[in-house]
Amino acid sequence: MKAALIGLGSVGRGVAEMIQKKNPGIIVTGIADSKSGLICNDGIDIAAVLENKRAKGICGDQGITATDVIKKADYDVLIEVTPTNALTGEPALGYILAALERKKHVVTSNKGPIALAYHTLSALAKKNGVALRYEATVGGAIPIMHAIEDGLSGNEILAIYGVLNGTCNYILTRMAAEGLTYEQALMEARELGYAEADPTYDVKGIDAAIKLVILVNTIWGNEIKLSDVDMTGIDLLTPDALRLAEEGDCTIRLIAEAIPRKKILRVSPRMIEKGHPLVVEGTLNALTLETDMAKEITLIGKGAGSIETASAIIGDILYIRNHYGKRA
Amino acid sequence: MLVTKVVCVQVSMKLEMKDSPGQLVAALKPISDVGGNIIAVIHQRDPESDNHTLNVQIVLALPEGRLDNLVTLLKEQGVNIQRIGKERLLYKRTIILIGHLMHTDLSDTVDQIDSTGFAEVCEISMSMPAINERSTSRVTIKATNRADMDAAIIILRRVADQKSLLLIEPLEEIA
Repeated sequence: MKAALIGLGSVGRGVAEMIQKKNPGIIVTGIADSKSGLICNDGIDIAAVLENKRAKGICGDQGITATDVIKKADYDVLIEVTPTNALTGEPALGYILAALERKKHVVTSNKGPIALAYHTLSALAKKNGVALRYEATVGGAIPIMHAIEDGLSGNEILAIYGVLNGTCNYILTRMAAEGLTYEQALMEARELGYAEADPTYDVKGIDAAIKLVILVNTIWGNEIKLSDVDMTGIDLLTPDALRLAEEGDCTIRLIAEAIPRKKILRVSPRMIEKGHPLVVEGTLNALTLETDMAKEITLIGKGAGSIETASAIIGDILYIRNHYGKRA
Repeated sequence: MLVTKVVCVQVSMKLEMKDSPGQLVAALKPISDVGGNIIAVIHQRDPESDNHTLNVQIVLALPEGRLDNLVTLLKEQGVNIQRIGKERLLYKRTIILIGHLMHTDLSDTVDQIDSTGFAEVCEISMSMPAINERSTSRVTIKATNRADMDAAIIILRRVADQKSLLLIEPLEEIA
């Protein structure tokens, strides 16, 4: 199976390294980063490209753009792993549309386009008989979409509850364990690389809400938007709140929940019993699916990381190969 | 003129009975026989239990002096009475409130729940780190049943919103 890889940041490099190391039968024919591109329809030497990227900061020829790779390279599946823009979805949205229009499968880790334009993108993919897969957008390495589509197929999903932001979970874990203030825990998260310089997107619950939008649109197909989610962040929590929760054998976690029968769609800090399956430590993510037959299923795993995200992406690519015929 | 005033007491009972059709209705019949009025019935079906019994908590209003009579009638129906209490509000939920709780009139906040008649604040633990800093409190609310509790929480959400308080609710949707 031939693939074009757009984006060579942490996730892109993880995907490239794993394709090279594990040899899962994926031939990379095109690669692009934000400044350069490379097309080789017989297969690119990934090790050489990664070395080039390390040494010079670019992966290929500065005369070749990501759009050139998407429109000209010979590939079956586009791996789109450029940085997320939650407001416009660009440039990823344009890349995905261009690939789907060429009747190419798309695998992405990019939340922006999926949260903003899921309906348009999935309709185009369906019309053109190709797959659009985005396992890596929610819950990092956790196979949530696979569980929903395959493992739980035939079930009606009644509600979902999730810990979908590792940064917030890390901060809350540290506030509870060490009695740190929110500011201290945030600083620690920054030092460890778990929080951005501007943490707004994470701590206000926006990132968790975007993931909730993706899940809800996938499960119930009701075209909700980010503005439909009732959002409360963790930035106003006090160490006393964690301590008082602890006295009742509880803790506090940022929970994203969707319960269609009650019209609930929100992200908010919640008190939760310490023994509850959603109480995961550190940067872990967790999701509970409440279904009619299987009842409650909770999935727990790494919500971020280069190789962890690559696991979700490679899983999607191999899913496409197994379900759409082996063309490689 | 002679005025007879019937004084009622509120009683809660935890009952155990056979989990078979008609048992619950049979068990509840003596309550009306003694002139009692059922306020709430709360099922507690233990999924782990395999001894085919049904546990039910009931809240009832009863004319004073009829309790012994009721107990006898219930026993005749084969109902096992596990506990009898005078507690009216059986459903508890604990929340956390963060913000300027005193400056925004905590007693008014509490009163908005207490004045409903179906829910009341029964416990508050509070921490005030310094003057002008936000304080944090853990508040336990009791209500007659889950629906009334949900109604009380909706009131509290509105009050928290008006007073710019952060309300942290428990996650308890998962049965």
